[in-house]
Amino acid sequence: MTTAAPSLPQDEVELRRTRHLHPTQWRNPEPASRYHLVVIGAGPAGVAAARAAAAAGARVALLERAQIGGTSLNTGCVPSKALIRTARLCADLRDAARYGARVSDETAPPDFGRAMERMRRIRARLADDDSARRLVASGIDLFFGEARFAGTDCLRVDGTMLHFAKALIATGARPNIPAIPGLVETGYLTHENIFDLTTLPPRMLVIGGGPLGCEMAQAFCRLGAKVTLVQDRPLFLPREERDAAQLLSDALARDGIAIRLNNRITAVRGQGETRFVEMVSDNYHSTVEVDAILTGIGHVANVDGLDLERAEVECNRASGVRVDDFLRTSNPRIYAAGDVCMEHKYAHAAAAAARLAVSNALFRGSERLSRLVIPWCTFTDPEIAHVGLYVREANRRGIPVKTYTVPMHEIDRAVIDSEREGFAKIHVQDHTDRILGATVVARNAGDMINGLTLAMESGLGLRRLERVIHAYPTQAEVIRAATDAYRASRLTERVRARLTRWLDKT
Amino acid sequence: MSEKYSATPASAAAGRPSLDALDDESLLDRLQRAACDYFTQAGNPHNGLMADTSREGSPSSIAVTGFALSCYPVAVERGWMSRAEALQRSLAALRFFRASEQSDRPDATGYKGFYYHFLDMHTGGRTWTCELSMIDTAMLIAGMLTAREYFDTDAAAERDVRELADEIYLRVDWHWAQDGKSTIRQGWKPECGFLHYGWDGYNEAIVLYALAAGSPAHAITDECYRAWTLTYQWENLYGHDFLYAGPLFVHHYSHAWIDFRGIRDRFMHEKRCDYFENSRRAALVQREYARRNPNGFAGYGESCWGLSACDGPSVGRLDASGEPHRLFGYSARGVPYGPDDGTVSAPAVLASLPFEPQLALQGLRHMLAQYPEMLSGDRLAASFNPSLADSHGRPWVSDGHYGLDQGIVAMMIENHRSGLPWRLMRRNPWLVRGLRRAGFRGGWLENVAPETSR
Repeated sequence: MTTAAPSLPQDEVELRRTRHLHPTQWRNPEPASRYHLVVIGAGPAGVAAARAAAAAGARVALLERAQIGGTSLNTGCVPSKALIRTARLCADLRDAARYGARVSDETAPPDFGRAMERMRRIRARLADDDSARRLVASGIDLFFGEARFAGTDCLRVDGTMLHFAKALIATGARPNIPAIPGLVETGYLTHENIFDLTTLPPRMLVIGGGPLGCEMAQAFCRLGAKVTLVQDRPLFLPREERDAAQLLSDALARDGIAIRLNNRITAVRGQGETRFVEMVSDNYHSTVEVDAILTGIGHVANVDGLDLERAEVECNRASGVRVDDFLRTSNPRIYAAGDVCMEHKYAHAAAAAARLAVSNALFRGSERLSRLVIPWCTFTDPEIAHVGLYVREANRRGIPVKTYTVPMHEIDRAVIDSEREGFAKIHVQDHTDRILGATVVARNAGDMINGLTLAMESGLGLRRLERVIHAYPTQAEVIRAATDAYRASRLTERVRARLTRWLDKT
Repeated sequence: MSEKYSATPASAAAGRPSLDALDDESLLDRLQRAACDYFTQAGNPHNGLMADTSREGSPSSIAVTGFALSCYPVAVERGWMSRAEALQRSLAALRFFRASEQSDRPDATGYKGFYYHFLDMHTGGRTWTCELSMIDTAMLIAGMLTAREYFDTDAAAERDVRELADEIYLRVDWHWAQDGKSTIRQGWKPECGFLHYGWDGYNEAIVLYALAAGSPAHAITDECYRAWTLTYQWENLYGHDFLYAGPLFVHHYSHAWIDFRGIRDRFMHEKRCDYFENSRRAALVQREYARRNPNGFAGYGESCWGLSACDGPSVGRLDASGEPHRLFGYSARGVPYGPDDGTVSAPAVLASLPFEPQLALQGLRHMLAQYPEMLSGDRLAASFNPSLADSHGRPWVSDGHYGLDQGIVAMMIENHRSGLPWRLMRRNPWLVRGLRRAGFRGGWLENVAPETSR
């Protein structure tokens, strides 16, 4: 039984987005005889690279086969965060009485259709920033069509040959669909089409407890769906701190999500509009009945049809295009950046890497990807943000670590806001003040991690950070509290005794 | 067969002075005796198996049976049990486990030398579809080895104890339990193989790793213990530097058998600490959490703390500080991230006695005075919750008693009073060998002969 995929309403908002991102009457420009840089893929990495190169005076061609903006704008960060905003509001409204606020009808279900409309309006609005018109105005030759390498220094886009001195592959990645018997036949959603929905599936099952799975499970639950979240491991977000993942698990359970950790899905059956999802945990078998399935575990690099072998660019299915620390592929003329080649699949990481690749490719730079300090955040409630090393990584590298832990219940603003759950953990090289990494779990952890990223990038240790005055009362004061703990732990009994003796003398 | 094993405390307390009138030594004596008595009341004398809880129909827990074997020597030395009875009870258990079915059949008692977490009190076969448990097997074996060290005369029966304990220990295939991975797996089931529960970070497993490293027959790999310690987190929390683990019991269980004073592995050497001192700091962190009481639960304070793995309320409505709270039933409660529903465990506080005697006793006396309902026949209930009080202001109290609580209380009081369990295990060659292989050095370990196998 196959269920039709959702279809996006073709209204004025969507037409506007299309006008921005892939105008229907578009005519590709006459190509230059040779480009300094050809960029394949106009997602966050491709656009950032093309803009940076054009701004520096390079002749740049930017190639896109579908829509400018890539996953982030069209089917990733932007629509998901717009929806999460509504979902968070729904949760706050449900919680209104606790704050002494009143809602006229607490039982009224959220208006999913309007929430999706809002999301689409916002997406169309933000599409303007990277519109075809703007890119052309900044001096970029924009080509729409399928790109295919024809040699080590040339490629074709819809039959037109482009020659390049350097090229950047920034084609991104798509969701990996788990091989579950019956899944394809019964139909499923991924992040590529979930934002096309106009009606809320009453019962939804999310396969995979990574960042996207957790975010969407919580958002759809708060928007009124009965959600089951299935993860084949003991905790969600397996890469994150155990305590962070545990707090998230508790938060998701509190929202009413049916949590199935350590469960492996064995089969999916369809009957009418209903899907029966069979799973096993150890030796316990169960079946969950739902109306929609969201999946996508991991990513597959978008390299099909690029004819990479003609360009002598090596690639493998698991990790995508192979690059060195300078983002150079096996063909020294060709670089890659973003989801197509990087482990960390975030829009901001892709854009930062793309600018680094441009510097290395065009201006003989020797910047290393591994030197970038890249934070990331899972936008659940509470948010889970991280930067730098995890303790287990530091331990493996033989770096002694000490973690300054401050629970959010220690922070006045978190208490004031009734948002006491969470913590900041700042990992420091033991016996020094050098910050190795940090994890923040808080309602707005994504904003709070930026201060720590700045400190790490600038080489500021806890001793210098101690001098930064934080506005009171803010939740970011959790960083100040960690520096207080650092200072207190330096003041050993012996040091304190010496200070007292000195004070007595003065 | 409908024989029941009830651990309802005898009304021994009747007619005796109330606990709050006793000095510390007498108070501890009364509590310890009641805890030890659990093992004479809740066991099957035919096979030595010990009930998990005093509740009707409770299966046997192998860890509780390990605690029982460890507590018999205590009871003998305190004059609460004859040596002959202790010997008989120990032999019953050892003979049962020696003869029990070791196979991959789903109703066997064990496999590869390990045992199922819960066993039928009568048949000794696997109960429910529970897992073959590595940590619970380690606690059972630790109990057997305690008996091995205690029964040290040339009498034939005592020799039997030693031989059986060695035989049972030596057949445990600890290496198999790694399943080719860098660390020990937590469990296994015949229906699905090894369980893949996360078991990262510091936990109660040092005794497991030490016994697994000490085996001359089936030891874990050289890097196994170190691989586990690479998941540790050394944290500064509430002004204390310590090896972090949330639930209090984690800081106790291995300590029931291992005297960690002054001995250090590589991790503790780097941190200039030891596991004993670490457990002391863990008690301080717990107390500090209760003092700060972020969720505003009733009763919490400097003398009322102890978030641990324990029974707890699961039905009812809990509002504290004007906010609704979820209830967690039996759960591994911990500090500072919870889960926390206002439930605290007095046995966990008492088990901190060797590390922080004053604080533990102060806490215990306060809790006993404020919430006397949590004590029945001198025996501590698993937990209580003052935030869930009845109309008379009486807290919710966990029903009956848990063998794990009674075992850890009896052993940690003894370790505090005389150090007998530590002393016995300090001379166990397998444990000594395992600690050394795990990289422990210093302290009493330096004074033990390299291989003291008898």
